Amino acid sequence: MSSNLAKINTEDLPDGAERYVLTGDWRNHSIAAVLKDLGQIEKSGGKGKVEIDLSGISGIDTAGAWLIRRLMTARSGEGQEATLSGGNGTIEELIGALPETTPAPPAPGPDKRSIFERVFTPPGKLVVEVGRDFYAAMNILGSAVRGAQLKFGRGAGVSPASVVTHIDRMGVRAVPIIVLMSFLIGAIIAQQGAFQLRYFGAEIFVVDLVGILQLREIGVLLTAIMIAGRSGSAITAEIGSMKMREEIDALTVIGLNPIGVLIFPRLVALTIALPLLTIIANFAALYGAAIVALLYSGITFDTYLSRLHEAIDHTSIASGMIKAPFMALAIGIVAAVEGMKVGGSAESLGQHVTASVVKAIFAVILIDALFAIFYSAIDF
Amino acid sequence: MADEQQTMERKPKDDRQVVLSVRDLTVGFGEKIVLDNLNLDIYRGEILGFVGASGTGKSVLMRTVLRLLPHRSGKIEILGSNYEEASDEERIALDTRLGVLFQHGALFSALTVKENIQLPMREYLDLPQSLMDELAYVKLEMVGLPPDAADKYPSELSGGMIKRAALARALALDPDLVFLDEPTSGLDPIGAADFDALIAKLRDTLGLTVYMVTHDLDSLFSVCDRIAVLGQKRVLVEGTLQDMFEFDDPWVQSYFRGKRARTVVTNENQKPTGSADAGPTELGPIELGK
Repeated sequence: MSSNLAKINTEDLPDGAERYVLTGDWRNHSIAAVLKDLGQIEKSGGKGKVEIDLSGISGIDTAGAWLIRRLMTARSGEGQEATLSGGNGTIEELIGALPETTPAPPAPGPDKRSIFERVFTPPGKLVVEVGRDFYAAMNILGSAVRGAQLKFGRGAGVSPASVVTHIDRMGVRAVPIIVLMSFLIGAIIAQQGAFQLRYFGAEIFVVDLVGILQLREIGVLLTAIMIAGRSGSAITAEIGSMKMREEIDALTVIGLNPIGVLIFPRLVALTIALPLLTIIANFAALYGAAIVALLYSGITFDTYLSRLHEAIDHTSIASGMIKAPFMALAIGIVAAVEGMKVGGSAESLGQHVTASVVKAIFAVILIDALFAIFYSAIDF
Repeated sequence: MADEQQTMERKPKDDRQVVLSVRDLTVGFGEKIVLDNLNLDIYRGEILGFVGASGTGKSVLMRTVLRLLPHRSGKIEILGSNYEEASDEERIALDTRLGVLFQHGALFSALTVKENIQLPMREYLDLPQSLMDELAYVKLEMVGLPPDAADKYPSELSGGMIKRAALARALALDPDLVFLDEPTSGLDPIGAADFDALIAKLRDTLGLTVYMVTHDLDSLFSVCDRIAVLGQKRVLVEGTLQDMFEFDDPWVQSYFRGKRARTVVTNENQKPTGSADAGPTELGPIELGK
């Protein structure tokens, strides 16, 4: 960078002593040039006294001063006496202010674990982690239900205003994206179904296909996945950053149960919002399917509606809707557990938000699968 | 009053080099004007203490000078170059010559203390990792942190240690001009005195120029060469401690002649060394190397 690079020259003095003449700019951007020479000089065995001539130095900072300090330490390590000369006072003061040595970097020890340990440690950790997550989830569920009442003084434990705010944020504001997504999903299922059923001359059954699939499975599942991505991540980020800034601790010392104050309203709001969003999603999907049925298969709205009445009954609607509150609870609890695990760094916040969304979606699909098994067992 | 200030600020000081010069700076948010035609000079090698009541715009001024906030009019010259007219290379060169200690440290939470200190070195210097490690330890030693703090994450440090680590990062490239935002707030008195001594020592050895926003009367009395008071949207008064005592403004009077200030002044006078430029104390962490 600079033309005035740092240099070091060795001069032999008559009495067996050595003199190192330092010249140039010994500042951090120009010392790179001298490192190689300096390393060789430090390694070389010394003879007698050493004099370090500073008079040629045009500029110095702590990086340069440290190199000189290190050189002096290396020389005195060889039993030689190193002296400074030609400095203007400040350089000596600067060098004198630096420590003689820095701690050596710790050598990484050999990995002594056996192959068995090395292979099975990660899965073992994972299992313990899953167990801990489950305990934490149960803890949050219990504290949310119990903690909401653990308040003395004014008012009930749950603030309705907080619940309503969260219903607005997680429910009402999610309506446009849920409507759009479900409309398209309904339309796509209807279009694909119509093309396949056309081979059998059974295009009218596309209404059955869309109706049953959407109401029993797809509607609630996709809405829950959308909410897991949209609101689950928000809950984790909110609670996580409150944890980072000690706001959770502040709530505790004020005498409020943070889980009751922060998490319970969110759980209640999610449990109310997700079923309502599912209903909206179902309407949007059936509407999208109706339009596609009209455009691709010539099924009029009247035909569509009467066929829909025959195809579905209350159990179809109920079997889908029953799942919604369970999924909402799972999303909320997973998000809260991950939020409470956030540590001190921004990186950990990001990790836990990601984990929250991934685990919530997994939980939602798992719940859906369990309900499918359950329904088929009871013939619902 | 305005004339008086004009003459006071335009008055040519001795031929010391101006490191930071702010001319007719106006900063505002929406309707509200925070700083109005503010003028300020900082000279090479001095420690300028900046005081002002809460909400007068001390932080706004510092952030504007560092270009973190836009200004409406005025000129800011740092180290002889105007940032707005500078080319990209000049801007980067300028950035490497500034060090900033934010009020809450602003250490990167995902990096260890050592990595925090090495980040500017890694980006701007062509040095081997071993030397950067050594330099990181040297900086830690200079700011009075134990070597085992190097591999800790900021969340594992106490408030005072974060301040010190953040100072070490601000000093990583040996800047010419350092901005310190309340460096001693949250430190114990001994730690704060060490910190002041350290800053004075760095100024003496490295020729550092320091812009220090502080409310610590001890710092103002012990290490600051000059004091500037921000009030009424401009620099109300700047000068030595003596000028502060003589300046006729209710806030300045109560600040420098208040009960707490009197205690500090009395204690300062009772010290055997006594004077404002007493230099670093014997306790200074920088002495450890000797």
